[in-house]
Amino acid sequence: MKKALRLLALVVALAAVTVWAATGANRGWTKTSVPVKTLDEVTGIEGITYQKKFLPGVDFLAVAFAGALVLAGASLFFRRRPANTKQPNNP
Amino acid sequence: MKLNYILPLASLIAVSAFAAPQTFDFKDPKGVNNAVFKLDAPLESVTGSASGITGTVVFDPENPAATTGKIVVASESLTVPNPMQKEHLHSPNWLDTAKYPEISFETKSLANVKTDGNVTTADVTGTFTLHGVAKDITAPVKFTYLKDKLGARIPHAKGDLLVIRVNFAINREDFNIQKGQFEDKVANEIDLSLSIAGAYATP
Repeated sequence: MKKALRLLALVVALAAVTVWAATGANRGWTKTSVPVKTLDEVTGIEGITYQKKFLPGVDFLAVAFAGALVLAGASLFFRRRPANTKQPNNP
Repeated sequence: MKLNYILPLASLIAVSAFAAPQTFDFKDPKGVNNAVFKLDAPLESVTGSASGITGTVVFDPENPAATTGKIVVASESLTVPNPMQKEHLHSPNWLDTAKYPEISFETKSLANVKTDGNVTTADVTGTFTLHGVAKDITAPVKFTYLKDKLGARIPHAKGDLLVIRVNFAINREDFNIQKGQFEDKVANEIDLSLSIAGAYATP
């Protein structure tokens, strides 16, 4: 259990970094929409519309790392299974 | 004899009709009109926009200095890409969009009016109302008068377009928005820019 929790913590942290990096390594806050600019050719005005898109930011990383830390911390509450329970025989 | 009177009178009426001030409607059917706001914050600057723009401007191409009008932005239409920031922005602690549903600017006068072709620049003074507080401000404005261009934007429509661009900055404290609070997290100064097109349809 101890090992499984630590492994899960590692997976959570790595997955968060992978997702964050794959979506552009946004160093700002997490966004759920991104502005898309369109040019109105007649007036020359740049219109702004918002397209739904999940763009994880540093807060996403922070939450993921906090989760990983909780999992790793929880693993400390589990005792390590003794490697060898067999006692040596006395002569 | 009568013709001597009628012709100049008819010409005068025709010229008057042609040069009459036009009322431009800024409710944009294409949804391009927008107001952009930007303010500094530690991690990244907060940039958002508003699209719910309405209002009318009376503009006379022959006398731009006489321009009057009022532009209204629906507070609810203010958007930022971060959902939590948007929630805070609309909340009673910040803009309180439920209590103050409109942000408006109403012109009082124009100064330093310069016209070059179809472009007029000026300094517009007017009353800016935000968060229930009205203050007079002066800002540089640019009018672009596009005669007979409405049809190019809206098929089968006839008329003119007026494009208005204005940029100015305000202090949120002046409008009682979290006065003296969170200055380390959200800048006091807010940059605003408005790019809008109004239509004057002829029958």
